Amino acid sequence: MLIVGELINTSRKAIKPAVEKRDAAFIQDLAQKQVDAGADYVDVNCGTMVFNEPETMAWLVETIQAKVQAPLCIDSPNPQAVDVGLSLAKHGQPMLNSITAEKQRFADLLPLVVKYKTKIVGLCMDDSGMPETADDRLRIARKLIQDLTAAGIPEDDIYLDPLVKPVSTGDRAGMEVLETIAAIKDEHPSVHGICGLSNISYGLPNRKTLNQVFMIQTMTMGMDGYILDPLDKTMMGFLYASRATLGQDEFCMKYLAAHRNGLYRG
Amino acid sequence: MASYEDLAQCVISGDRDKVKGITTTLIDEGKDPLEIINRGLIGGMAVVGARFKNDEMFVPEVLMSAKTMGLGMELVKPLIADQGMPTSGKVLLGTVQGDMHDIGKNLVGMMLESAGFSVIDIGIDIEPDKFAAAIKKENPDILAMSALLTTTMMHMKDTIDLLKEQGLRNKVKVIIGGAPISQEFADNIGADGFAPDAASAADLCKELIA
Repeated sequence: MLIVGELINTSRKAIKPAVEKRDAAFIQDLAQKQVDAGADYVDVNCGTMVFNEPETMAWLVETIQAKVQAPLCIDSPNPQAVDVGLSLAKHGQPMLNSITAEKQRFADLLPLVVKYKTKIVGLCMDDSGMPETADDRLRIARKLIQDLTAAGIPEDDIYLDPLVKPVSTGDRAGMEVLETIAAIKDEHPSVHGICGLSNISYGLPNRKTLNQVFMIQTMTMGMDGYILDPLDKTMMGFLYASRATLGQDEFCMKYLAAHRNGLYRG
Repeated sequence: MASYEDLAQCVISGDRDKVKGITTTLIDEGKDPLEIINRGLIGGMAVVGARFKNDEMFVPEVLMSAKTMGLGMELVKPLIADQGMPTSGKVLLGTVQGDMHDIGKNLVGMMLESAGFSVIDIGIDIEPDKFAAAIKKENPDILAMSALLTTTMMHMKDTIDLLKEQGLRNKVKVIIGGAPISQEFADNIGADGFAPDAASAADLCKELIA
């Protein structure tokens, strides 16, 4: 299981002003809190800084690493920002979020994945647009796996994001993703799955409930990576509980450790 | 006997089974087709839009109501072909170059149609010169652009700049929306307006045209 803490993202209201003011303490504190709460990776996304994304990325990466030891997930489709971020990342194996099967984006980012030996998030979309069905997603997933492994990237470094769409605009939006995960895991057991959870609940009330349920359902189908808010104790509680009931937690040790650390709220 | 209120209520509750019956009854009773649309179908959808904006109704319900309205429209439209459909204005709608997202754009299109605008949706991944060509061809009152990605939002600026170059900018109002878009960004790139959600987009269009 790989948890990417999603909170350092300039599209979030609290983050943008802190980044603009170069408030290092605020950013470092937020990074540390996420790691303490169980994040394996800290996501760094400054995509909304359209006029100076690479420069902002450099500041964020250096600022976080000055205080926090965890590896980073460099989150941008912009090759310049990605290059800067990865070149500065120094703790562990960095992650890149994300490549797609779009020709241009794949060609721009693949050399960086190879150069920096990153874990890579592969988003299941291509130049024909957003996938609708599980079959659409699987076709793109297979292409991504084939092209990434052909470039020498180990299957174990590939995290496929099936592209979650809102269930409010399509009754089968959840099922298409669940079927995709099961099929990918079946065909390529060493390839990982990862996704964010908030898309599923767009357009509906009580979004947290839907997000939590969808985490449990996707995990049941074999999803083993999430980009989420690790400070959400309810969500983390469900995560540890699900791992235990799915047989991924020997002697329930992680579940119990989380309980003792106060990370789990029943 | 059927009333405009019955029809509006039918749209509000998204009752796809009943809408055709009520619409047909109103038509058979000799009611003015324009009134059937304005007081019944669009009247109901106006309530839906307001409730959606207030978080009292949600996306799936809005979709069902819009579908219900559409079923009624199919029956009424042929009756008013001669006098032409009433319209609050014409909106050209599309997602910018490099961006495949259409859920938000489609919701905006639906809310605009429900508010009585005629909407020309030219789809996703629309390059600036395609927007410009469509403006020349369709002569809309408003251009509405959508972008969900920070990497594609700058194409909104590219499109506005191209419209200026081609002398088209003063012919249309330009509004923008999408997850990374803000009023500040709209001001920066010289758009006439920004809407944070689909229901607000319809209100914004009404304000800009009034």
